[in-house]
Amino acid sequence: MQSLNVQLLGLGTIALAILTGCAGSGPTSGTTASAHGGGVRHAHGQPISEADLARWNIDVITKTGAGLPAGAGTVSQGKEVYAAKCAVCHGDNAAGGPMFGSMVGGIGSFQTNTRVLTPGSMYPYAPILFDYVRRAMPLTQPQSLTNDEVYAVSGYILHLNGLLPATATVNAQTLASLRMPNRDGFIVDDRPDTKAQRCMSNCRPL
Amino acid sequence: MKTSSKSAALVHQARAELTASDSITHPQKPGRRRLMAQSLAVAAGLGGLTARSAQGAELAVPKSNLEAGRPLPENEYGMPAKFEAHVKRHRTNVFVNRQNFSDWSFTPIHQQHGIVTPNGLIYERHHNGVPEIDPEQHRFAIHGMVKQPLVFTMSDLMRYRSESRFYFLECSGNGLTDWLKPASKTVQQTHGMLSCTQWTGVPLSVLLDEAGVSPQATWGLAEGADGAAHARSIPIKKLMDDALLVYAAGGEMLRPENGYPLRLFIPGWEGNVSIKWLRRLKMGDQPWHLRSETARYTDPMPEGKWRQFSFEMEAKSVITAPSGTMVVRPGPVEIVGFAWSGVGKIRAVDVTVDGGRTWRQATLEEPVLDKCLTRFRLSWNWDGTPAKIASRAVDSTGYVQPTVEDIRKARAITGFVQHHNGIFPWAINASGEVSNAIA
Repeated sequence: MQSLNVQLLGLGTIALAILTGCAGSGPTSGTTASAHGGGVRHAHGQPISEADLARWNIDVITKTGAGLPAGAGTVSQGKEVYAAKCAVCHGDNAAGGPMFGSMVGGIGSFQTNTRVLTPGSMYPYAPILFDYVRRAMPLTQPQSLTNDEVYAVSGYILHLNGLLPATATVNAQTLASLRMPNRDGFIVDDRPDTKAQRCMSNCRPL
Repeated sequence: MKTSSKSAALVHQARAELTASDSITHPQKPGRRRLMAQSLAVAAGLGGLTARSAQGAELAVPKSNLEAGRPLPENEYGMPAKFEAHVKRHRTNVFVNRQNFSDWSFTPIHQQHGIVTPNGLIYERHHNGVPEIDPEQHRFAIHGMVKQPLVFTMSDLMRYRSESRFYFLECSGNGLTDWLKPASKTVQQTHGMLSCTQWTGVPLSVLLDEAGVSPQATWGLAEGADGAAHARSIPIKKLMDDALLVYAAGGEMLRPENGYPLRLFIPGWEGNVSIKWLRRLKMGDQPWHLRSETARYTDPMPEGKWRQFSFEMEAKSVITAPSGTMVVRPGPVEIVGFAWSGVGKIRAVDVTVDGGRTWRQATLEEPVLDKCLTRFRLSWNWDGTPAKIASRAVDSTGYVQPTVEDIRKARAITGFVQHHNGIFPWAINASGEVSNAIA
């Protein structure tokens, strides 16, 4: 019996090896054989083209501006968009409204004890503003603005923060090339940054 | 009939009292409660409600022994007893939001028994409210730097072999109002953006392998189907390691507020990367640096800097009883709490009852699992003099939970600061009243 078991085990191993070799490369619907999970490999994803995902594909790699769409808007057009779509929550001149605080100022405040966070003071890359407004604003109708409107209102906010002139026209190139005050303000996670000891007696009181 | 309506009134009164209190086990006004329980035990035959208070009086047979219970409804989703109506989430009530679309609510961890948070009590954090998504209509896509972009229906996803694992989930902002001075009263407010359950779904690595990730891909962008299209960049190493594509929690499909029908789950990392209502994962060769990983969820550091991508939730613990607004009596007190670590298991928890001068190792309650809430306990005989109690976790990497002072040496504690894993003390005064002692 013992030798028979060994033989069967050996056969099983060979059989699995063959099945693994046959496992389809690339995605297929349904199941194919594999060494994983009892010899059946699940593969149920349906192939889709990037073109068919275009309306979902709204992200911007903000450091380079990759993903910013065609289109443009001026600061003055942005002021109109802002008045119509944003001021109700953010207040006139983006100075703060009933729902949210100011989106203007704070540049230089990070060296003080009261850091004021606004798109102007905080964002390391200007395309962040485009990405966020396009995906999430206005809160009650997200993704309803045209790309031109998003460029325009982004330009207006940047203008209020003193980062673009009132006459500016904003497009992908404008945002990607604008140097933001907090561009070099970030460091990557370096924790653990504490080295607490497990003191059990005669410890420093809390 | 007369007796019955009197007892109904008493029960109503008792329920109101329970609802007003934070906890049955640690009532705010024990004297009044005891008095009331006694009168209840005598007048309404509710002996056994508080055994200690009924000392010396013969226990009556409970009314529930003497009548039929309610019949079973034909169909029902069971709900907690009406006497438990006080156990619920609370929206932010320390830092008051002026709108409730981008908001959060806290788990009543002081009322949680065991390590599993009931689905209706798992804390919430939304960036633009809770979407209603029909699972038949929902689609999840993997694209970008892959050999073949793929789209999945929920039925597709549920055909894969599932895995169920226990993990905690904690918001990076848990405790952000209570660094240098007490702002919150209860442990629900100070530590309640913390929950734990068994999550069920498909290992993301299985689906990424199916799509064939490009060797050049190093990061993935996960994005929700909510009104904020909330999105985060996540290193591919973590996505391939232990990330789950989750559709169920605590034995049932996700609740809407926790991502129904599909969410990402990134074990041990700050909650906001576990994107709810997940609609796509795009692979790329660098992080996206979106608002949610630059202007938000970053840590203020010295010299005006900010630390980003601080994903791991480091080892932490808190005493949940006795905790803020509870009242203790001199004599035996069972100190209990939770410890957890986003980078491993809890190895030990120490408890101090003298403000940190001496510490004693607490007992850990099984199971002790990786990246999961662990319960600890320590029996203490309180002598009735003012005391300061706190807990300190040690995880399987040897990392020791720091004090706020320790953290302050490395980071800038200014404004609403994320990633607060400091030791959290509670003060007990001579009357037994427990209060937030962070300072």
